[in-house]
Amino acid sequence: MKSVLPILTIVGAILLIWVVAVIPMNMHLTADQAQRDGLVVAPATPAERQAFSGLGLSFANPDLIPLTYNLDRPRLPSPHQVAGEMWDTIALRNVTSRQSLVYHGWVTLSATLVGFVIGTTLGILLAIGIVHNRAMDMSVMPWAIASQTIPILALAPMIIVMMGQFGIQGLLPKAVISAYLSFFPVVVGMVKGLRSPDAMQMDLLRTYYASSSQGFWKLRLPASVPYLFASFKIGISAALVGAIVAELPTGARAGFGARMLVGDQYGNPLVTWAALFAAAITAAALVAIFTAMEKLTLRRMGMAAA
Amino acid sequence: MTADTVISAQGLNLTFQTNDGPVHALKDVDLDIRKGEFVSFIGPSGCGKTTFLRCIAGLEAPTGGTLTVNGMTPDQARRARAYGYVFQAAGLYPWRTIGGNVKLPLEIMGFSKAEQAERVARVLALVDLAGFEKKFPWQLSGGMQQRASIARALAFDADILLMDEPFGALDEIVRDHLNEQLLALWARTEKTIGFVTHSIPEAVYLSTKIVVMSPRPGRITDVIDSPLPKERPLDIRDSKEFIDIAHRVREGLRAGHVDD
Repeated sequence: MKSVLPILTIVGAILLIWVVAVIPMNMHLTADQAQRDGLVVAPATPAERQAFSGLGLSFANPDLIPLTYNLDRPRLPSPHQVAGEMWDTIALRNVTSRQSLVYHGWVTLSATLVGFVIGTTLGILLAIGIVHNRAMDMSVMPWAIASQTIPILALAPMIIVMMGQFGIQGLLPKAVISAYLSFFPVVVGMVKGLRSPDAMQMDLLRTYYASSSQGFWKLRLPASVPYLFASFKIGISAALVGAIVAELPTGARAGFGARMLVGDQYGNPLVTWAALFAAAITAAALVAIFTAMEKLTLRRMGMAAA
Repeated sequence: MTADTVISAQGLNLTFQTNDGPVHALKDVDLDIRKGEFVSFIGPSGCGKTTFLRCIAGLEAPTGGTLTVNGMTPDQARRARAYGYVFQAAGLYPWRTIGGNVKLPLEIMGFSKAEQAERVARVLALVDLAGFEKKFPWQLSGGMQQRASIARALAFDADILLMDEPFGALDEIVRDHLNEQLLALWARTEKTIGFVTHSIPEAVYLSTKIVVMSPRPGRITDVIDSPLPKERPLDIRDSKEFIDIAHRVREGLRAGHVDD
């Protein structure tokens, strides 16, 4: 609970910057609208106003400042507009409606979760292989790193088109892209975790003449649990980003990515911003769930003390 | 070598190949340890005392000479689980209770559940930790953790106990106390103990035999059979015999230390 105040401070600071930025960002559009509505605007014509910066125009027309917060199609929506749009699309719509962000959220989330499960399973198996097999240690890691240097935006359409060739559509191609992004932090974290027991710990097992599978189950695996949870938290947010990115270039009809694209293409930034915030809140909630699971698990293991 | 010799080293050599050339960790080490002896290895760092202990445990492979443990090679002895090993740090698993930690070797060696429980209770009582079975390591002091690690080494009842500076990280008061307890434990269990230390009083107080070693190359410079009685209250350290042995150990250490 001690973290509440710092978090609120940061949120407050961001809101303040946002609220202030709305004025210059929207001032040109506001002035154009005000002129059409017959208000006095200085300077009088749009062409003349183009010579001004948003800030300069705001100083020239202080009366118009309140109007910048309520444009129908603002360049930068104000916080209350985004909140209103989110309230409208999350709380007021039926969750099965195509207008509902809950519906779109579930489309993205289901792909995220399936992709995360595939990615973490693959990541854990690869890490076990890397730790126990010298050939894999030498060969797999460079490829895993190389895989993450390819821009996912370039790769996503290829994966979706290729899987479409085999008649696989919908959730699974998106899950594959999620898995592609989420396996990597799991590999890195698990390799580090499985190798975290020191030489003395390994020597102790040698004095018992323990087999390597006993060493894995009794020492390496439990020792890796804190690392695993750190990886999970990075992996789940990467998986969500992967699912959204997978929806962007392919004309998906549903999902957070589709909403962002629709808002952009139809000049309705409120839709884009609402989807953006909903995605961020979903990611934060997923990470919070893993943090809670981490605390619970480590406490039960006796490792969360002090 | 007599009938009751447990550990026997003849002309033992161990050379590590490093980037700076070969390092003679052990050179021509001859030593016999009889059943039930308490043998301390003392010397400055780099004298090979820990390396010798690790050779006995089969954790390090000698490059020359012969070494037998219970008449077997060290590796065979390790497979036969002939010894318990106590490291410098307790190294308890933080995710296991004290009881769970002591149980670890028993699980690995395949003891039955009932036997595991019985042995855990017995060795914890032996190191005065009865009642701490369900505690986690972080709930215990450093000295208690080290006692738990000794219990872990005793749990499977090997005849030999190898201890590598087990009390090196503890303060002197705790250390005195643990030394006293260790002697009592040794008297009760009649184990053969190999004990690495760089404290002269600790070596003299505990041992029936003190092996003085010196570095570059690691070798034995003196072997002292202690005339002290088996029964040793802490104040024996003020007796003349004790001071005489401590003096001889110090001389041995100094003799091996001519070059620096």
